[in-house]
Amino acid sequence: MRTTTKTREVFLYIGLFLWLIVNLFPVYWMFTFSLKSNPEIFGDNVIGLPKEWLWSNYTTALHTGNMGLYFLNSAIVAVTTILITLAVALLATFALTRLIWRQRKTLNKFFMLGLTIPIHASIVPVYVTLSKLNMLNTYWALIIPYSAFSLSMAILVCTGFMNEIPRELDESACIDGCGVFGIFFHIIVPLMKPAVATVGIYTFLQCWNELMFANVFISKSALRTLPVGVQALSGQYTTEWGPIGAALVLATFPTLLVYIFLSKKIQESFIAGAVKG
Amino acid sequence: MNKLYNNKWYVIIFLLPALILFCGVLIAPIGASAYFSFFDWNGFTDKIFIGFSNYKELFTSDSIGFMKALGNSLLLAALSVFLQLPLALGLALVLGKKIKGERIFLSVYFMPVLISTVVIGQLWLKIYNPDYGVLNVALRAVGLDNLTRIWLGDKATALGAVFVPILWQYVGYHMLLLYAGVKSVPTELREAAMLDGATDGQVNRYIVLPYIKPIIKISVIFAVTGSLKSFDLIYVLTNGGPLHTTEVPSTLMISMLFLRNRYGMGSTIAVLLILLCFGFALLINLVFKEED
Repeated sequence: MRTTTKTREVFLYIGLFLWLIVNLFPVYWMFTFSLKSNPEIFGDNVIGLPKEWLWSNYTTALHTGNMGLYFLNSAIVAVTTILITLAVALLATFALTRLIWRQRKTLNKFFMLGLTIPIHASIVPVYVTLSKLNMLNTYWALIIPYSAFSLSMAILVCTGFMNEIPRELDESACIDGCGVFGIFFHIIVPLMKPAVATVGIYTFLQCWNELMFANVFISKSALRTLPVGVQALSGQYTTEWGPIGAALVLATFPTLLVYIFLSKKIQESFIAGAVKG
Repeated sequence: MNKLYNNKWYVIIFLLPALILFCGVLIAPIGASAYFSFFDWNGFTDKIFIGFSNYKELFTSDSIGFMKALGNSLLLAALSVFLQLPLALGLALVLGKKIKGERIFLSVYFMPVLISTVVIGQLWLKIYNPDYGVLNVALRAVGLDNLTRIWLGDKATALGAVFVPILWQYVGYHMLLLYAGVKSVPTELREAAMLDGATDGQVNRYIVLPYIKPIIKISVIFAVTGSLKSFDLIYVLTNGGPLHTTEVPSTLMISMLFLRNRYGMGSTIAVLLILLCFGFALLINLVFKEED
């Protein structure tokens, strides 16, 4: 009996380690070939650490490949989207949890529809509208749709947190002479920090990695975001893998860096987005 | 305070931005897509009303190959439900019972979900590269030269080669959801069962699985709708090729819209995708209700 559980445990760990390698290998390989020369990647040293650390791949990706610019574009789009999503969601959640009116529940359900609507649904009309308003090839062409598609999840998370703030706080602020805006800005918003973090992280990842809209609504190379930029770069450097590897690392490391420090928070934000929905 | 919170003007002020954004970008476009789907329209000249012709053409025309694309995404959905989810569930059950290194395994397994699909796609393009890719290099190294393939260029292997990274990337996602469910099972329930002499397997079967059924349902819905909507990795790896073997509805939609300027037909595909996603979500809900 003893030995069979022991062997079972050993097999279990072997399995877990194998799956660990399957998940780590592509990332490890990406980091190593981003620092290698073609001869190393293509034969001498396919999976080992680089023999000669070729940082010039990164300079190529950043300067010739414009990755610095794409990185900046992605950052601008992501940060603005997060700010808009949060502002709009906090306001709406206040109306949905605090203010007193009929159809409050119905409207909440209405917003939750957004959790299941695929982005495909709006691609044609939004494209046509953006083009009529001459807004294709602007940051707004991405920021507005991204904010809209992040909204449902943001309201969902904010509702959970806002319901936990005791109503006595509102009342005492009201007695102290606070108006609705005073209560919202001075009492509620400062207590919503955990929700802000959750929504911020989730929204960031959604925009940072989004491809379909970014590919369709932006055709000017100066405004490309990282996913589209990486695609373009790999088209340019079909035979030189080093700079592509460097571009992939540049697109990935902010996410991974944040993940290393905030892995629990990030995982929680994904769980919140799915399970409560 | 109730008097303060009863003021309807505040309701309007607080809700208006969200309503405008939500209706403008999500709700109205659904209607608009449905409307466009009844027209022959290239985006520039006047729309011509053609009734259900787009739908008819989509389901009957072999040259568009919508049925093939839909079949591909349904196959992906099936693989996702019957391969990816069981693997994710297995990992969640194992990690959920406080084993050594739980946090590290969990965090690494979830990592691919966070990486941009374009990056994952580019990496797998390199892994599959016929000359220098890790896969063929490894096969040659162990003397299995005859198994090397032009993975993404060969009609026989392309679809499978595209599915592997898609399924691989999101195992961690489903695992995380299910793991959260496993963790939420009250310890007393587990312990009581253990005291009664239940084995690990029995605890999982009779305590944990019934308890996390709502989360399994969510995972199944996400796996199916996600497969129907899948786009990014296929776009990066093959863009539907070779010879449309790996086409899915989304890649077809994009090429209708922006290569052939068939906005009406593109909208038709979009509408069908929305209907399919909602339809399957409802169906899965029903199936899970039936079981209770």
